[in-house]
Amino acid sequence: MQQQGNRFFFNVDWITVLIYIALCAVGFINVYASIYNPDKATGFDFGSSYGKQLIFVITSLILGLSILLFDGRLFNVFAPFIYGATLFLLVVVLFVGRNVGGNQAWIPIGSFRLQPSEFAKFGTALLLARYVSTFNPKFRDIKSIVIAGLIVLAPLLLIMLQPDTGSALVFLAFMFPLYREGLSGYFLLIFLGMIVLFIADFLVPTYILILILTTIGGLFIYNNRRKQKIIISTVLVTIIAIAYLFIVKIAYEKVLAPHQRSRIELMLGLKADNKGAGYNVIQSQIAIGSGQVTGRGFLQGTQTKYGYVPAQSTDFIFSTIGEEWGFVGCSVVIGLYMFLLLRLINLAERQRSTFSRVYGYSVACILFFHVFINIGMTIGIIPVIGIPLPFISYGGSSLWSFTILLFIFLKLDSNRMGFI
Amino acid sequence: MDQLFNRKYIVQGLFIVVALILLGKLFYIQIISDKAFSSAESNVLRKIYKYPARGAILDRNMKVIVQNEPVYDLMVIPNEVKPFDTLGLANALEITIEDVRKKLKKAKAQSPYQSTFFERQISVQSYARLQEIMYRFPGFRTQDRTIRHYPDSIAGQLFGYVKEVSPDDIEKSEGYYKPGDFIGKSGLERSYEDFLRGEKGVINTLYDAKNVAQGSYANGKYDINAVSGDRLISSLDIRIQRLGEELMKNKVGAIVAIEPSTGEILAFVSSPGYDPNQLVGKDWGKNYMSLIANPYRPQIVRPIAGQYSPGSSFKPVDALVALQDGAIDPNTTFFCPGYYMAGNHKVKCEHVDGTINMQRGIARSCNTYFCHVFQNIITKNGMKNQRQTYAKWHEQISKWGFGQKLGIDMPFEKKGIFYQADHYDKIYGKRWGYTTVISQAIGQGEITSTPLQMANVMAAIANRGYYLKPHLIKGIGDKNVVKKEYVVKNYVGVDEKYFPIVIDGMRDAVNSPWGTAKESQIPNILMCGKTGTVQNPHGKNHSVFIGFAPMNNPKIAIAVIVENGGYGGSYAAPISSFIVEKYLTDSIKPRANGYTVKAFAETNLLPALIDKTKKFKPTRLDSLKLKRADSLKKVKDSLKVKPALLKQTVANKLKVNQPDINHKPVTPK
Repeated sequence: MQQQGNRFFFNVDWITVLIYIALCAVGFINVYASIYNPDKATGFDFGSSYGKQLIFVITSLILGLSILLFDGRLFNVFAPFIYGATLFLLVVVLFVGRNVGGNQAWIPIGSFRLQPSEFAKFGTALLLARYVSTFNPKFRDIKSIVIAGLIVLAPLLLIMLQPDTGSALVFLAFMFPLYREGLSGYFLLIFLGMIVLFIADFLVPTYILILILTTIGGLFIYNNRRKQKIIISTVLVTIIAIAYLFIVKIAYEKVLAPHQRSRIELMLGLKADNKGAGYNVIQSQIAIGSGQVTGRGFLQGTQTKYGYVPAQSTDFIFSTIGEEWGFVGCSVVIGLYMFLLLRLINLAERQRSTFSRVYGYSVACILFFHVFINIGMTIGIIPVIGIPLPFISYGGSSLWSFTILLFIFLKLDSNRMGFI
Repeated sequence: MDQLFNRKYIVQGLFIVVALILLGKLFYIQIISDKAFSSAESNVLRKIYKYPARGAILDRNMKVIVQNEPVYDLMVIPNEVKPFDTLGLANALEITIEDVRKKLKKAKAQSPYQSTFFERQISVQSYARLQEIMYRFPGFRTQDRTIRHYPDSIAGQLFGYVKEVSPDDIEKSEGYYKPGDFIGKSGLERSYEDFLRGEKGVINTLYDAKNVAQGSYANGKYDINAVSGDRLISSLDIRIQRLGEELMKNKVGAIVAIEPSTGEILAFVSSPGYDPNQLVGKDWGKNYMSLIANPYRPQIVRPIAGQYSPGSSFKPVDALVALQDGAIDPNTTFFCPGYYMAGNHKVKCEHVDGTINMQRGIARSCNTYFCHVFQNIITKNGMKNQRQTYAKWHEQISKWGFGQKLGIDMPFEKKGIFYQADHYDKIYGKRWGYTTVISQAIGQGEITSTPLQMANVMAAIANRGYYLKPHLIKGIGDKNVVKKEYVVKNYVGVDEKYFPIVIDGMRDAVNSPWGTAKESQIPNILMCGKTGTVQNPHGKNHSVFIGFAPMNNPKIAIAVIVENGGYGGSYAAPISSFIVEKYLTDSIKPRANGYTVKAFAETNLLPALIDKTKKFKPTRLDSLKLKRADSLKKVKDSLKVKPALLKQTVANKLKVNQPDINHKPVTPK
C-alpha cells in the first residue's frame, strides 16, 4: 500500500507463481515432445499444437497477471453473477455445443473452442465461498447442507447431461472445503464407504458382502446395546448399505454407458482388452513403465514419438513425462503438485476472511482431484476419466480456467490483510 | 483459529497419502517390473534377420563335399497386409486359396506385428513369378537364406542334417536360437554346429503406431551383419568314401579307415546309406519318414553306433597284451587238436594244426592258441587269483579303447560292451574263472565294439603302440584349427618290441598261402590284417576284417564289417583290400583271383527279415555255448551264393518281415 507503483502485485505469493510457471514449462516441453515427429522436425511452428500451447501459456500468464490487477473484493461481489454466467453457458452448450469425442462440451468461438465446464469450477468455488462467508452456516442443519449441495450439484448435473462424467466428478472436490467449514466427517466416510462398496460389489459376490455388512452392524449393535438411538441408526445404515449394493448393480447396467462400464471393468482387472477400450491404458502404462528410472530422454521416447499412446498431448500427457523422464521426472512433477497443493492449503489457512479460505480450499481440492484422477488413470489405478492434468495438458480452455482459478486465489491472498 | 483448523491436517494428509500411492505404483511399473520396457520394445521394434550361410565342408583334398544353395522364404507381417489378390498369390505359390487363408491366419496367430513365415523355401520358379507381382501384396516380402547341398550325394549319416530349431532347442539354447533358425541335428552338422552356423545378422527397424517404418533403431548401432559359418576341412578322402559306399551297396555294415599317424578318419561308411540331399528343404518330413520306415535302418550311424563282437579280429590285441604281461613269449607254442577244452566245454577250431606258434596262430586264426593264451594270462597267479588277473587284463585291454567312447567328433557314439570283474562277481559270486569268460579270448560273446574302435585298434598296432583319437575334422575355419584332444598320443601300454611278431602274423594272414585272408592280397602292397567271423545268433555270421597297410610306415588302418557276410575272408577282407589299394595307389589293379569291385558292389547281402509277429526270446547267454555255435564250418562261403538268387529270397520275405540288424549283444540278464 505504501508503494503506489507496486500496489497491484503487493503481497503476491511469488513462490506459488514460480511453481505455476514451472508446471506450465513442464507442460510445454512435454506437449512439444508428444507432437514431435523426427521426420518433420522443422523450425518452430506456431500453427502446430506446441506452438499453440506456447501461446496458451503466454496468454495465461498475461491473464493471471491481469487478474492480480483487479480489486479482490470484486470477486466476492460478483460471485453470484459469475456463477450464473457459467451455469448459463453450461445450458447453452447443451444446445449449440460442438460434439467432440462424444461430449457436447465445447462452444466454438472463432478458431477457438470454449469449454464452459472448465469455467464452471471457479464460478462454483466463488459462490460457495460467498455463501459460506456470508451465512457462516457450520453445516449442522439440513438447510445449509442442502443449499451448499445445490450450489455444487447444479453445474455438476448440467455437465453430466453433456455427458462429461469426468468433469462432473471433479465437483465432488467441493466436499473438502465444506468439510473444512464444519461439514461432518461422516459425509466423507459415507462417500468413501460408497466407493469401497461400489468396487467390492464387482469383486466379491453380493451375498458375502451382505454377510459382512450384517456382521459388522451386529457387532456394532452388541457393543452399544444400551443405546437405543445408535441401534436404530445402525440398523438403518446397514439396510441402506445393502440396498445400495443392489442399486449399484442395477444402476451399473442401466445408467452407465457401455464404454464407461468397460473402463471400470478394465480398471478392476475384470476384463483384459488390449485392442479396444484397454488400449489407451495399456499403452500409457507401457510408455510410463518403459521410462524406468531416468527415462529415455527428451524426444527419445519411442512410444511417444511413434504415437502409441492416443490423446497423448492432452489427457495422457503424463505418459510422455513417464517415458522420457522416468521415475525421477514423475517424482519431480508429483512433487511440484504436492508442494503447490500443500502450500495452497497453508495459504488458505492464513486468510482472515472465510471467503478467501473457502475459495483457497476449493482451488486446492479441484487441482488435487484433477492430478489424482489424471495420473491415476494413466497408470491404471483409476478408470479412464478424460480430464486434463492441470497446467500441463495441451489445451487453452483448461489452462486458462486453471490459471484464473489459481490467480483469483493469489489475488485474494495478497489482500489477506484487508477485509473483503 | 477454531477447532476446525485441525481439519487442515486431514486434507493435507490425504493429499500426501494419494501422492504416495501414485509414486508407489510408478515405482512398481517403472523400476521393479521390466515388463513395460520389453512391451515398449516389441511395440516399436521389428527385427529382420539376415541368415548367414553355414560353413562349407571340404574333403582332405580340398574338394567341396557340403555346400550351400540359396532358397527363398515368403515372409508376412500380418498387420501390414491389405486386402490382396488371394488367387494371384495362391497361383504364384502353387497352393490353394484355402491354404493362403490358413497360412495367413496361422501367421497372425503367431504375431500380428512381427515378420513371420508364410511359406518356407519356395521354389525358384515361384520366387521368379512372385518377384514380378510382389508389389501387389503389401505386407509380404521374400527372405533369402541358404540350405545344404551335397554334390556327391554320399555320406548322409556322417554329415547329418540341418533342420529348423524345435521349441526344445530354443529353450536349451537359452534364447540364442529363434523360431525359424536352423540347427545341425545330427552328424557333423550337430557336433560342429557352433562353428558351422555363423552369426545371424539383424536389422532393427522402428515402426510407429500406424505400422509405418520409421527408420533404423539407434542409427543402426544394434544392427548386426550376418557372418558366414566357419569352413571345415574334413579328413575324409572322398575317393575311398565313394568306393566304400559302392562296395557296401545292398549290404548292411560299416567301413572305417583311419590314417594311423594322425587319427584322421579317411572313410566313414555306414550301410545302407542314403542321399543326404533327401534331408534338405521342404521334402524333409516326407523323406525322413521313409528313411525311418526302411527296415534296414539307414538312419543308424553304424561306424559309431553299430556294436559288434570283434570276433577273431580281437586276437592280435590279445596276443600283444599277453606278451606285455609275460604270460607267453613270442616263441610259445600250444598244441591244437582242432578244439580247446574249457572245463567240459569244447571250443572248436577251424583246423587241426598240431603244434602251433603265435605268428601262425594269428595268420590261421587259431581259436585253440588264443584260448590257451587267455588261460595263461588269467591263471598266471594261480587259480585263486583269477579275478585279480582278469581285472588287470580288463584294464590293459581297455587301454585299446574297448568299452569306452573314443571321443570322435560325432554325436551319439556308443561305447560297446566290455565287462569288468565286478559284473561277473554279481552273476557268479566268487566262483568264476577263465572258463567262464573264455569266449572273450577270441572276441566273442560278452564283448562288443564299434567299427570305429576296431579301426582304432588297427591304427594303434600300425603305430606300434599308440593311437590318436580318431576324428573327422582336421581343420576349422581359415586357420585350420584342430581340436587339442586330437593331437595327443594315447599309448596302449604295450612295448614296441612286442609288435613285430604279431604284425608278422597279420602279414601272413593276408599274404601267405595259409592266411585266412589270402584272397585279399593287394598287388605290390603288403597289407597286414586279421579276419573275424562274428557269431550271429539271428542268422548268418558277420564278416569282419581289420588291417593296415603298408606294413612298414602304414598310411591307412581299416575296419570293415559286413553283416551276414560269413567268413571274414569272404567279404570284409576283399572290400578292405580294394579300399586300401585305392587309397594308396589311386587305382585298382586286376587281381589274380578275378575279384573285382563291380562283383562285390553287385552282391546283395541284405539279411532276410525276421517275422515281426514271432516273439524273439533272447536266450541267457552262456559264453561257452556260444563258442560252440561259432563253428565256422557250418557256414558256406557266401561268395558262392548267387546274388540274384539271394535277392529273390529277400524280396519274397521283405513284405512280411522285419530286419535283423539290431546288433544288440545277447547278454545275461
